[in-house]
Amino acid sequence: MAKTRTIKVDYLARVEGEGALYLKLAGNRVEDVKLKIFEPPRFFEAFMRGRGFAEAPDITARICGICPVAYQMSSVHAMEDALGVKVGGMLRELRRLLYCGEWIESHGLHVYMLHAPDFLGYQDAIRLAKDHPDEVKRGLRLKKIGNELVTLVGGREIHPVNVRVGGFYKAPRKADLLKLKDDLEWARDAAVETARWVNAFKFPEFEQDYEFVSLCHPGEYPFNEGRLVSNRGLDIGAEEYGAHFQEQHVAHSNALHSVRTGGGAYFVGPQARFALNFEKLPAICRDLAKELGLETPCRNPFKSIVVRSIEIVFAFEEALRIVKAYEEPDRPHVEVAPRAGIGHAATEAPRGMLYHRYELDEKGLIVSAKIVPPTSQNQKQIEDDLAKFVPPRAHKKQDELTWECEQAIRNYDPCISCATHFLKLNVERTP
Amino acid sequence: MARARKASPKKAPRRAKPAPKRTAASAPRLPKLAVWKFASCDGCQLSLLDCEDELLAVAGKIQIANFMEATRAVVDGPYDLSLVEGSITTPHDAERIQEVRRTSKFLVTIGACATAGGIQALRNFADVEEFTRAVYATPAYISTLKTSTPIAAHVRVDYELRGCPINKAQLVEVLSAFLHRRRPNVPDQSVCVECKLRGNVCVAVAHGTPCLGPVTHAGCGAICPSFDRGCYGCYGPKERANPAGLRPWLGRHGLDAGAVRRVFGTFNVGSDAFKQEHEAHG
Repeated sequence: MAKTRTIKVDYLARVEGEGALYLKLAGNRVEDVKLKIFEPPRFFEAFMRGRGFAEAPDITARICGICPVAYQMSSVHAMEDALGVKVGGMLRELRRLLYCGEWIESHGLHVYMLHAPDFLGYQDAIRLAKDHPDEVKRGLRLKKIGNELVTLVGGREIHPVNVRVGGFYKAPRKADLLKLKDDLEWARDAAVETARWVNAFKFPEFEQDYEFVSLCHPGEYPFNEGRLVSNRGLDIGAEEYGAHFQEQHVAHSNALHSVRTGGGAYFVGPQARFALNFEKLPAICRDLAKELGLETPCRNPFKSIVVRSIEIVFAFEEALRIVKAYEEPDRPHVEVAPRAGIGHAATEAPRGMLYHRYELDEKGLIVSAKIVPPTSQNQKQIEDDLAKFVPPRAHKKQDELTWECEQAIRNYDPCISCATHFLKLNVERTP
Repeated sequence: MARARKASPKKAPRRAKPAPKRTAASAPRLPKLAVWKFASCDGCQLSLLDCEDELLAVAGKIQIANFMEATRAVVDGPYDLSLVEGSITTPHDAERIQEVRRTSKFLVTIGACATAGGIQALRNFADVEEFTRAVYATPAYISTLKTSTPIAAHVRVDYELRGCPINKAQLVEVLSAFLHRRRPNVPDQSVCVECKLRGNVCVAVAHGTPCLGPVTHAGCGAICPSFDRGCYGCYGPKERANPAGLRPWLGRHGLDAGAVRRVFGTFNVGSDAFKQEHEAHG
């Protein structure tokens, strides 16, 4: 009989929120793997009922302190869908600019402070900074410029105040945006250096045949708009989300697992966007991927750090484009009147697609809310990765294998605080 | 309530100056910092990592001994300073906070969840079992308390830093104050004072925009009025706030009873002054 061995991490470090890992091996076979989420539930969908449509961006931002802009964007787009409002022109550009800032600060945090220490064998970025001060300082400055962008457009870096249904409370002045131009140019070049730096890391040999899911827009790398597309033929509007995805409630998690209806796990986030939208990246990013020898699609999740770095380059390049072309709009928002309706939206949070759905009554009060964050969508994929990653490495020492498992989880930049506020289930399939 | 010991500004900080005769091996130990998370969005502890200019300097003055979001390395307690984010919402967390208190010399709560119970304290006014059924298919899997309560409802707290999220400059000030054994310089006036300091035109008086500035604790720097919107109270009530006095203004600016109830029923609904006003419009 095969010897049984367990790998346990009671409190995962360098991820956002409270999660644990439990993995049971019988010989080389994985008998059980659980990414446990013990982050306490906060019941957002429940207490959103009865609130006004205009409150959604401020309240849902509080689901996550790392990606509040994503919650604000998905909520305003879903509300605008329900209320029959379209936001275009410079207001649309400002939304993209705000999202650039969030991708930069979130990806910058993950690349430098959460993920890079794994590849170089450090416990954290502070220790990494002792031996690699220039790199860590570059990362901190990059991240700071991302935060400055969010602050300029949104008012502050965490839980910005300037986003509203229909646009913004106040549009930034062109002169203020242009003040960032030199920093953005420095940072874009620093991001290119970042991608070269992380590409030289040693990556475990591990490739899987994933179903990648992301937004796809005909003319641009996706932030706020587009259809939901996969490399296995999915091509739907956000309003069809419920017919193609299902959530399962399992005992070991305060987050719900998402699966494709009639299918299995799927993968959202930078690698999915990169796989499905590569040709829409600006030349600087495509040339960089070529220089680094990064294949598309990239099927090694450990290389997510390289893809994330290329997305930082994209976000700076896009921010520069918007800042240079920006003209102050006549009004900071379009008028929005309450009415009954149902609205859906998916936007691309740094960690992947974030779906919101709201039903409103005739006064514009929320009747029901449904929010599906990216980490709950990746949760099953993470467990599937671990089940396949561990057996060929079962001979390794406990400490080393445990650390590699943690690293495999961090590939997805899981945001467990986000993942713990879920939607009502349609189907019960567990345990 | 601040309980940091007062010290004269001229007095040299106790731990910053090495004693003359010590060898490297017995160099003065750095103060140990721990960061703890309860029910929250992670934003307030992220504020520490968002101190991009100060982070490496701070890490040279203190030992980051327990900060799961930032490091795998955990140094055992006791800790000189614990920063606590989040509210108490589960039986397990109600026990865990006791252990955190036992192992901490100073305990500072950061943010609206830890100081007032956070937005999740809306469950305190509802049926949490119904909430659970509304969100989860198998309520039996979920272990949760009927209430979300601030840390001070469970253990002694040495200092409370307000905000949803906290202001990172104030966080650095609090860290510095505790390291130097002085009282943090965190003003307790209203957002109105910050508006005046910033030279903002009053959005309530000039534009008729509903604004909680007069009853809200300062600290953000009056961001919302600077962006042409009313303050929505994310720093919670100021000392001796009188939200009932705002009722006629809010009514004149177009908020009906339901809207007033909701405007006080957000991130600081668990704090007494906002709670009273939230309930008064039930």
